[in-house]
Amino acid sequence: MTITESRAVALDPEEARRLRNARLERIGRWLLPLTIMVLAIWLWDRICVWNEIPQYILPRPGVVLQTLHKDAGLLFGSLLVTLRITFLSLALAVIGGVGLAVLFTQSKWVEMSFFPFAVVLQVTPIVAIFPLINIYVDNQTAKLLLCAWIVAFFPILSNTTLGLNSVDRNLRDLFRLNGATRWQELWHLRLPAAMPYFLGGLKIAGGLSLIGAVVAEFVAGASGQSSGLASRIIEAGYRLNAPRLFAALILISLTGIVIFLVLSLVSHLALRRWHESALKQEG
Amino acid sequence: MNEGAPLLVMDGVGKTFSNGVTALDDVNLTIGEGDFLSLLGPSGCGKSTALRLIAGLSVPTRGRLDWRKEMGDDCVGFVFQEPTLLPWASVFDNVWLPLRLRGVSRAKAAPAVHELLERVHLSGFENAVPRELSGGMKMRVSIARGLVTKPRVLLMDEPFAALDEITRFKLNNDLLELWQDERFTVVFVTHSVFESVFLSNRIVVMAARPGRVHEEIAIDAPYPRDEAFRTSPGYAALCRQASDVLVLAINSTHGAAA
Repeated sequence: MTITESRAVALDPEEARRLRNARLERIGRWLLPLTIMVLAIWLWDRICVWNEIPQYILPRPGVVLQTLHKDAGLLFGSLLVTLRITFLSLALAVIGGVGLAVLFTQSKWVEMSFFPFAVVLQVTPIVAIFPLINIYVDNQTAKLLLCAWIVAFFPILSNTTLGLNSVDRNLRDLFRLNGATRWQELWHLRLPAAMPYFLGGLKIAGGLSLIGAVVAEFVAGASGQSSGLASRIIEAGYRLNAPRLFAALILISLTGIVIFLVLSLVSHLALRRWHESALKQEG
Repeated sequence: MNEGAPLLVMDGVGKTFSNGVTALDDVNLTIGEGDFLSLLGPSGCGKSTALRLIAGLSVPTRGRLDWRKEMGDDCVGFVFQEPTLLPWASVFDNVWLPLRLRGVSRAKAAPAVHELLERVHLSGFENAVPRELSGGMKMRVSIARGLVTKPRVLLMDEPFAALDEITRFKLNNDLLELWQDERFTVVFVTHSVFESVFLSNRIVVMAARPGRVHEEIAIDAPYPRDEAFRTSPGYAALCRQASDVLVLAINSTHGAAA
């Protein structure tokens, strides 16, 4: 109905241009990056052919795709190993990050005492900490989990703490006025208010837990103890098996993209009814 | 019911903040049962501080607040300057909140919540979230929430200050209607002479630096007051009277710039 109406109305040139631009932008948003991507892959292929680059230095995209298919069993098995570490560490980061944040907001003293430790843990490069973890922790999975967790938990902790503390003063007064207990205030007021902040942290942590898992595997994999995607990459590097290296790389980055998209969707669904950030995406 | 009998006596009440600012000094005020009492004054006269003291959100530095004996802890409802709703919760859940915090289940609270939503003309909006409502509707939800516990006193802190005039008049009328039907007591903070004259039977004019009571004006015009009252000469005369007192109160401010 609205479409026929808007067609019936005679538009002045300015509005017509605005409408046309909006339409073009909607199409361009998808088409442009896709075109550039296809062009880049084509150029990659051409460069290999024109310069006669050997496959062990830069394989052609088609070869990478074939390898992805040929080595599927091996690569996807490794992907599962990496995914397991990624999701377990993300889950632990959520539990640890939210748990600590709740603890912090229960007492200013606790926050003042322990927040600096979290910062220290965050700013120290994980690659530098890993040799220590390697010494102290025996279990291979625990080792990788700990490593990925250290990288992923901080954005959740700091965002959730911020969210729990940024509750409307008047709403807090309202809860006081109605005799709310600490637990009620946390459950009915602070946690829902912290939701957008937490979800923002979760989006960052999702990517970081994958990075954490891969880095941990790299460091552990150097001593031949791991079977994740990172160790496949190292292995392929040693054997000058560039197609497999590229295939593993593509799998990792696809995984990262999927994690980001899924978490963005979760965030959008959770906030769409009330939060500004979700409203803008609708328009 | 004991119309006009003292509900709360404020005796020499003062509040000085830790930064040395005296927000309120030597306030003596008796709030009677069924009063519609407005605290009117320029900004900085301590009217919001007085309201917070009455609500128990803050304790006085000097003096005493004596509630009538049989009053429980649970006797006040509060309506803030902003609607102050939970943005993630539906209209129903927002009005239910005070009861929920007292352990009343959704099913048990439902009749009271629905009745109040009907009284503030929001039936059918139970499942809407605040962002889907207009400013006036949000304020109605806030009023319903303030009344859901059936408080003896409703404290309102410039509740309609942010609304456009048409919406404000409508809410004035509806609030008076509610007040007349339910006979609760209202303490209403405002900086609008017209609003305070239209609504109240008592106006307490306050002066600033330090915040104190300047003068009390009785508004004897009979209720119910409606749109006809708003345009009557009597209303205009009362507004002029209150306005004059307010000007005196503003000029009495020590070292007032304007």
